[in-house]
Amino acid sequence: MLNSIFTILSFQLIGEFIQKFTEISIPGPVIGLILLLGVLLIRAKYFKEHHSIENNLVDFSERFLTYLPLLFIPVGVGVVMHLSLLEENLISVISIIVLGTLLTLALTGFIMEKLLKNDNPK
Amino acid sequence: MIDQEKLYNIWVYLQAEPLFWLTLTIGSYVISDLIYKKSNLFPLFNPVAISVLIVSFILITFDIKYERYFDGAKFIHFLLGPVTVALAIPIYKKWHLIILNSKAILISLIIGSFFAILITYILSLQFKIQEELILSLLPRNVTAPIAMGISEIIGGIPSLTAIITIITGIIGASLGIFVFDVMKLKKLEARGFSLGLVSHGIGTARAMSKDKNAGVFAAVGMGLSGLTTSILVPLFLKIVM
Repeated sequence: MLNSIFTILSFQLIGEFIQKFTEISIPGPVIGLILLLGVLLIRAKYFKEHHSIENNLVDFSERFLTYLPLLFIPVGVGVVMHLSLLEENLISVISIIVLGTLLTLALTGFIMEKLLKNDNPK
Repeated sequence: MIDQEKLYNIWVYLQAEPLFWLTLTIGSYVISDLIYKKSNLFPLFNPVAISVLIVSFILITFDIKYERYFDGAKFIHFLLGPVTVALAIPIYKKWHLIILNSKAILISLIIGSFFAILITYILSLQFKIQEELILSLLPRNVTAPIAMGISEIIGGIPSLTAIITIITGIIGASLGIFVFDVMKLKKLEARGFSLGLVSHGIGTARAMSKDKNAGVFAAVGMGLSGLTTSILVPLFLKIVM
């Protein structure tokens, strides 16, 4: 488990470093994600056998990801506590968000449904 | 007889420590998740939304400042970074699916991201809100750090944008399923991708808990829409303004 935590934190650290260094608007953890994905794909291409570090990382990450919703609670509470920032615009802004979100979800989902291959393996 | 003063002193001590706020955050999530499962996964009982309401209710009732709460909850908040990196794993495991559907992903990505900006702009004009607020709304469908960066560049208010993106995430994650059901969308990959593109991390969390393929497509949609939107928003503004 420790080597998985170390791997993930290292990639985030490298990502944060690249973000600060290049000053691009992609967040450090997203850069870390892309780098880790790249390393895994390259490794899989050139080395066929599975390494135990990688198996651990897969198990650990899958368990970690089940807690994803929990991690949004602190920010979410911040939103409720700071809703007053929207002042008299609160109703308009919420209406724009609800309508805009539902319409975009519908359109994107519809196009994707039409274009996806029919027999995606599970 | 309970010593009221002693109890009060204990409370003063505890509320200054992270332990209490960590327990409250995880506790409200455990309860919300239980309600959600007992309700047969009824979408309006989205665990994130309910937990946020429980914690906010307690903070407001006991007149606790958000900064005090966050001082404890920041340990959970910190994990958002590592968990984003960990999203590489499911994407890696389903990489063949992404390559197989790369054309569908690219087309949906561009149309979806552009439409999100356009519809927000049109609705903002309809509701006659001031320009600064419109600019804060435009990047609302991508993950908060990217959205705040875009907002700053185009002259919006980043802290407002942060609030707006989280609301977008929670609304998409809890109401999305109704839209998909009305549209009769059968492919979970399409539902997931749409959720990730529109409701970033919170939408991805929702998709992940439903189905592995849906979760992977959501993560891909979230990542790609972050990149696309940061290019499209400034371009869009050049055209309309």
